[in-house]
Amino acid sequence: MNDMTNKWIGQRTIRPDGADKVTGRAQYSADFAMPGMIHAKMLRSPHAHARIRGIDTSKAEALPGVKAVVTAKDVVDFPLDKSVMLGIQDMRWMCRNVMAREKALFHGHPVAAVAAINEEVAAAACALIEVDYEVLPHVIEIEDAIKPDAPILHEWNKFEGKPSNIAGTMVLKTGDVEKGFAEADVVIERTFTSRPVHQGYIEPHACTVSYAADGRVTIWSSSQGQFMVRAMTSLLTGVPQSNIRAIPAEIGGGFGAKTIVYLEPIAVLLSKKSGRPVKMVMTRDEVQRATGPAPGSLSTVKIGARKDGTIVAAQGTFYLQAGALPGSPLRGPVGCSFAAYAIPNVLSVGYDVVSNRSKVAAYRAPGAPLGAFATECVLDEIAEKLGLDPLEMRLKNSAKAGDKAIYGPVFGEVTFKETVESILHHPHYKAPLDKNPSPGVKRGRGVASGFWYNAGGESSVQVNITEDGNVVVTTGHPDVGGSRASIANVVAELLGIDHSRVSVLIGDTMTIGFSNLTGGSRVTFASAMVATASTEKVIGQLKERAGKIWGIDAEAIKWEDGMALPAGDNAGKFPPLSLKELAAKANEMGGPIGTQVQLNTTGADPGFATHCVDVEVDVDLGIVRVLRYTAAQDVGRALHPGYVEGQIQGGVVQGIGWALSEEYLYDKNGRVDNASFLDYRMPVCSDVPMIDPVVIEIPNPKHPQGVRGVGEAPIVPPLAAIANAVHDALGKRFYALPMSPPRVSERLEQP
Amino acid sequence: MTDIRYLAPSTLDEAVRAFAAASGAARILAGGTDLLVQMRAGIAKPGTIIDIKKIPELTAIEDLGGGAYRIGAAVSGAVLAEHPTFRKAWPGVLEAVNLIGSKQVQGRASPGGNLCNGSPAGDSVPAMVAAGAVVTIQGPNGRRDLPVEKVPAGPGRTTLAPGEIVVAFTLPQRPKGSGDAYLRMIPRTEMDIAVVGMGVNLTMEGGVVKAARVGLGAVAPTVLLVEDAAKALIGTKLDDAALEAAAAACRAACKPINDKRGTIAYRIKVAGVLLKRTAAIAARRAGGN
Ligand SMILES: Cc1cc2nc3c(=O)[nH]c(=O)nc-3n(C[C@H](O)[C@H](O)[C@H](O)COP(=O)(O)OP(=O)(O)OC[C@H]3O[C@@H](n4cnc5c(N)ncnc54)[C@H](O)[C@@H]3O)c2cc1C
Repeated sequence: MNDMTNKWIGQRTIRPDGADKVTGRAQYSADFAMPGMIHAKMLRSPHAHARIRGIDTSKAEALPGVKAVVTAKDVVDFPLDKSVMLGIQDMRWMCRNVMAREKALFHGHPVAAVAAINEEVAAAACALIEVDYEVLPHVIEIEDAIKPDAPILHEWNKFEGKPSNIAGTMVLKTGDVEKGFAEADVVIERTFTSRPVHQGYIEPHACTVSYAADGRVTIWSSSQGQFMVRAMTSLLTGVPQSNIRAIPAEIGGGFGAKTIVYLEPIAVLLSKKSGRPVKMVMTRDEVQRATGPAPGSLSTVKIGARKDGTIVAAQGTFYLQAGALPGSPLRGPVGCSFAAYAIPNVLSVGYDVVSNRSKVAAYRAPGAPLGAFATECVLDEIAEKLGLDPLEMRLKNSAKAGDKAIYGPVFGEVTFKETVESILHHPHYKAPLDKNPSPGVKRGRGVASGFWYNAGGESSVQVNITEDGNVVVTTGHPDVGGSRASIANVVAELLGIDHSRVSVLIGDTMTIGFSNLTGGSRVTFASAMVATASTEKVIGQLKERAGKIWGIDAEAIKWEDGMALPAGDNAGKFPPLSLKELAAKANEMGGPIGTQVQLNTTGADPGFATHCVDVEVDVDLGIVRVLRYTAAQDVGRALHPGYVEGQIQGGVVQGIGWALSEEYLYDKNGRVDNASFLDYRMPVCSDVPMIDPVVIEIPNPKHPQGVRGVGEAPIVPPLAAIANAVHDALGKRFYALPMSPPRVSERLEQP
Repeated sequence: MTDIRYLAPSTLDEAVRAFAAASGAARILAGGTDLLVQMRAGIAKPGTIIDIKKIPELTAIEDLGGGAYRIGAAVSGAVLAEHPTFRKAWPGVLEAVNLIGSKQVQGRASPGGNLCNGSPAGDSVPAMVAAGAVVTIQGPNGRRDLPVEKVPAGPGRTTLAPGEIVVAFTLPQRPKGSGDAYLRMIPRTEMDIAVVGMGVNLTMEGGVVKAARVGLGAVAPTVLLVEDAAKALIGTKLDDAALEAAAAACRAACKPINDKRGTIAYRIKVAGVLLKRTAAIAARRAGGN
């Protein structure tokens, strides 16, 4: 399967959704309209923390043009004492996130919604809603939220017997760290901080919803999972899942944050009340204030090693900033930070800390970059102290097949070493770097590695042969990163037909079987697996049909180059039957040809990445620029190299923003002061060099094409790699992100 | 949605009359790259919009000879960049105007809009101040001229009287051996707002600075003309001590705020750094002229 004879797998085919996207025909979530449609706006809390004593909507309801008003009392309540989980989301928090209930917990928290004949009237009506707030002291930063006298967000939440903002913990442990550190020749312990960063997708959240007279609901929205939209909307509105048809729109980026809903349930309630289709579109300002960023972090990592570089013990304590409601991705730093290394004694602890900012949502390898930032910087410091090459040190400590991972399972293959070696031998790592190119300019080089679990999970697919002998594949996963193109490559390869004869589309919740979220680096892995199984079944059907036509056993038939052929001379001599010919005879030979496969896929091996970066620092201004970036990753199999490279490049660029420029700024009242792309500084094209991806293909033996996940591992190493490079340039270590010009400048003035 | 009246007069008199008649409810529209953004954000809610781009005088560029130019207030950055001689004469003014926004924004954004928007961080303003530009203003009471640095009054405010429109910028003649430059500090490489903006205009003779003007942006409620910095440069060969003295004058002139775009300490420090870098470029250009 993974060889040079492949015709389509590994080719840079044109993506099925490409023409629509570049010509503006693609339907994103804000592009839908229905007859009689009205428009909704959210009223959001102006306070970071306030008890809601009462809401008077009467003036808003009386405004001409207003069709419906919704508050928390319309949303299904999930009482605090009983957890109801949907995947990793606790509905107690989701119901309070889509609409503030007892309290407004952050600036921008929805408190009511209005649907009206247009957005202006809806906005005017929002302004007429009277909310009786009791403003409470607020807390934003982790350091402040865990102080004993901090304002408490949730009085019912107790930690060690007392009301607390620590809403959860996670502990992983092997061996005895105290014993391990005692055996170490060098022990380094450092504390790191990082700020929450937004996923920064270009497409704001939006939906159009119709609640019809018969109680049936249709939702058009972009998300990372139409089945998630259906389930969450059902839970929050009480409409049974079987009555909800969630139709996935094209998606303009999600990066994890579109794995939960913000608008759909509210729009359904407004549509139900008004009897009209309702459209709801967030502004960028709303996206930045009220949708989930990745958490900020306060981490302490301690690593002990012997003189020869063998790591004997590691301890990590990771506080993550969950935002207003519990749910930090603790398993990211706690499980991933040390996973690539064979360390006999490890203690890894995470704390979920709530504070008055928008609730976090998943963001590419949730939490893992924060752990790697701390761990990979400490490793760099140890290597420096021991006089070892940081990559050689990583090689020496790589986990091996058969090792028990700290997070539970026994590793099958471990392809970490290959990523380290590929950087070690890369021309980039060997190229001389002029560290003082001109007065006031310094350069440095850094490396770091990263680990991500990857995932399988539920996936459904249908493969149908059209009457004219072409192929339509329907999958259940929104395509965020080019998955349709990859699936088209696989199906064309298996069927031995031209790529252009395969159409791949994404079904809605009523046309395709349950499929889990597009997230966790799972979709290409899972959907290629089910598409393979389904296509193989179709090939079986095609052989049967040929067998019927020739009057021989299907077993005596092989499928090659898009044709059925007798398997050998014994089978008899027949002219080949093409897919087109078999399709034309389908109905007389037994009916339409097509199959579906639904599986809970397993066997996704973890992803490893190692990166190398050169930076240049304008010393007087404190500006750090990335000059060169090489990112090596084992992807198993690149079904479509263009999109694999795109995932790696995209992850790195987001990591660069995280490391150097992105952060939320709050005013003294706890309000976000930079809710726009102007002042929330994501990198622009000219800020980053062309990222050079080194795509390593060691096929995953548990996958028909050898696929591993790709999309998340590349965002794990950049924070540390860049911090290590800045240290190499300036001789100073940075323990706080972002390394923005004022911060770098300030640090350079310190001794 | 409330209706907005859109007027596009073809003469300045008409524009001034309409502007005065609307008594405060009208806004001038040049490129609209500030105005439309403010309208969308609900900050500006004009009842009447007066588009000045149809008025020939406001979109003309005149080469007055000897290095002097008259630039219509509504000339876009892209049009100014295409002028055959302006680039060579006032490279600092041009680079400042051309730093505004992106290619798309350049097709619209004007120096008049940049000035009248009143942002202390407007990129073209420090360069115009350094250049010694004089603005021509027309209003219900006729025409008047004003040094460009007298127009801004504070963030979002100008000294223009009700009904007054900026017509043009006049850049003065300059002797041979002159050069100007503009640098800004932004954290990104583009699409950002100046944390500090620095315009320097020098006339050199035999390696000695004969005349100097320094315009400093984003470090005070208005763009500043830093006369002490100019004094520190005049009569010197731009040696380290002179540059340091001028940098110190720039730092001393700063009255910045801590905001999302930069801290007080950082802005003050950067003002000094940029003075040195910008003066070096202006001097190099002066040498080539
Ligand atoms: C994406 C983007 C990026 C930007 N980047 C930058 C940047 O890098 N640097 C920067 O400095 N600015 C930037 N801006 C702001 C803006 O583009 C500039 O200030 C531009 O120069 C405004 O010119 P305009 O012709 O578009 O002004 P308009 O929006 O038409 O007008 C601005 C204001 O001035 C008034 N006005 C305009 N002309 C006159 C006149 N002749 N007489 C009296 N009043 C007048 C208007 O009523 C309005 O209040 C950016 C804007 C955007 C949207």
